[in-house]
Amino acid sequence: MISGPALSSNANFVLSLLCIALIPFVALGLALINTGLGRSRSAAHTMLSSLCVLAVAAIAYMVFGFASQGTIGGAAHILVIHGNGWNWIAAQPLFLRGLTYGDGPSIVACMQLLTVGLAALIPLGSGSDRWRLGAICASTALFAAITYPIFAHWAWGGGWLQQLVNFRMGFGFIDCAGSGTIHVAGGLTALSIAWIIGPRRGKFSHDGMPAAIPGHNSVLVLVGCLLALVGWLALNCAGSMFFAGAPAFHLVLVIINTLLAAFSGLLGALITTRIRFGKPDTSLSANGWIAGLVAISASCSYVVPATAIIIGAIAGILIPFAIDNFEFRMGIDDPGGSISVHAVGGLWGLLAAGLFSRVTASGQMLAQIVGIATLIGFVFPLTYGLNWALDRVYPQRVSHDGERHGMDLHELGADAYPEFAIHTDEFIPR
Amino acid sequence: MKLAGLLMLFAGWLLIVAAIALLGTSPMRGAFIAAGASVEVLGLGLLIRSHLVMRGNHE
Repeated sequence: MISGPALSSNANFVLSLLCIALIPFVALGLALINTGLGRSRSAAHTMLSSLCVLAVAAIAYMVFGFASQGTIGGAAHILVIHGNGWNWIAAQPLFLRGLTYGDGPSIVACMQLLTVGLAALIPLGSGSDRWRLGAICASTALFAAITYPIFAHWAWGGGWLQQLVNFRMGFGFIDCAGSGTIHVAGGLTALSIAWIIGPRRGKFSHDGMPAAIPGHNSVLVLVGCLLALVGWLALNCAGSMFFAGAPAFHLVLVIINTLLAAFSGLLGALITTRIRFGKPDTSLSANGWIAGLVAISASCSYVVPATAIIIGAIAGILIPFAIDNFEFRMGIDDPGGSISVHAVGGLWGLLAAGLFSRVTASGQMLAQIVGIATLIGFVFPLTYGLNWALDRVYPQRVSHDGERHGMDLHELGADAYPEFAIHTDEFIPR
Repeated sequence: MKLAGLLMLFAGWLLIVAAIALLGTSPMRGAFIAAGASVEVLGLGLLIRSHLVMRGNHE
């Protein structure tokens, strides 16, 4: 591991709190993007679900999650193999007890109450228009209490992925601001949800060809991108301070890298869609912007600005192909593009941290590969299994009639746009 | 088939963890980690295949 939280002065303390206070802008941005890319008849449902996700995630994390995530140097269960300690899981008390408010661990816990919600928001994009509110809350509780804290402990809480430095794997697994811990974990949960609840009715014809169901408000999507950028700057600064030990003056580089990755991600996706389809695609370009941000999160503190442009641009170029592959080849209905943007973009970001990091040491790439393999080989089966079990107990998909009427009317009793009747019926067999 | 795919993902990860824990800094470690990653790739392939088969059955 590189170092612990850099909170050596009052100025750093205030700066940390300021960064944490701006993180909700990421949530606002993602909520607007998910809403804009969904149907108009589910708009209020998606926004309310976003608020519920943030609330349930924070409470579940406070009750159970932080106890198993912990912080660097905190109480933990350690397994000794061949003389090396393996820090598997934290052993903190439940309900955030034992924290001294104002010190490093309490500030990390404060930040995590928000970042766990960000990760839990990601599956909303893939389950849009058909995922019941009650199931969303239950799935979020499982994610925030079990899935997220385990991996977050390994990557950020002094766990075995950070300890890979003891096995001559560079500086251990690098993930400054959550490409893996937040985005890949959330993206793989989004894939689980999309697989378990299936596609929207009318999305695929009988011969398996997907129908275009465009988002209902591209302005919301684009405004969401701008708002998410504000929060992302704060998130990457906070992550760099807490999990990479970056001093305050180093945050200038973090901000420059974050901005450049978002811009190059947008341009990468925009140029790719222009070449492929003849015109730039709004929603794919917006997804490219977010993918650039997702990808740079792992290495925002460790790369030079020119490299940030490359990382963001490759993420932006990848996104249209990834979304096409998931939809056309694999038949996965992901209205918000969450799987491609967060899982694929995040995995690329983790790899890029190994490839391009300035502070790299021998074996760094191997550490990144071990982290990626842990996300795919442990986190994905875990989150899939939990959601599958939940679906057996409490079906996650809304009824046929509910989907036809729209989630707003069916679950909330009122449309988001009651004065407009703009629905077409996509349920007529083609 | 989907369960088998998930189990293969998990088995690949266990192989990687075992390689790190038991082989330490031995040169063989890289080969075992690559083997574990390959098992995960096979598991992902199996998962996708099972999804496509199930989707075909629904149509």
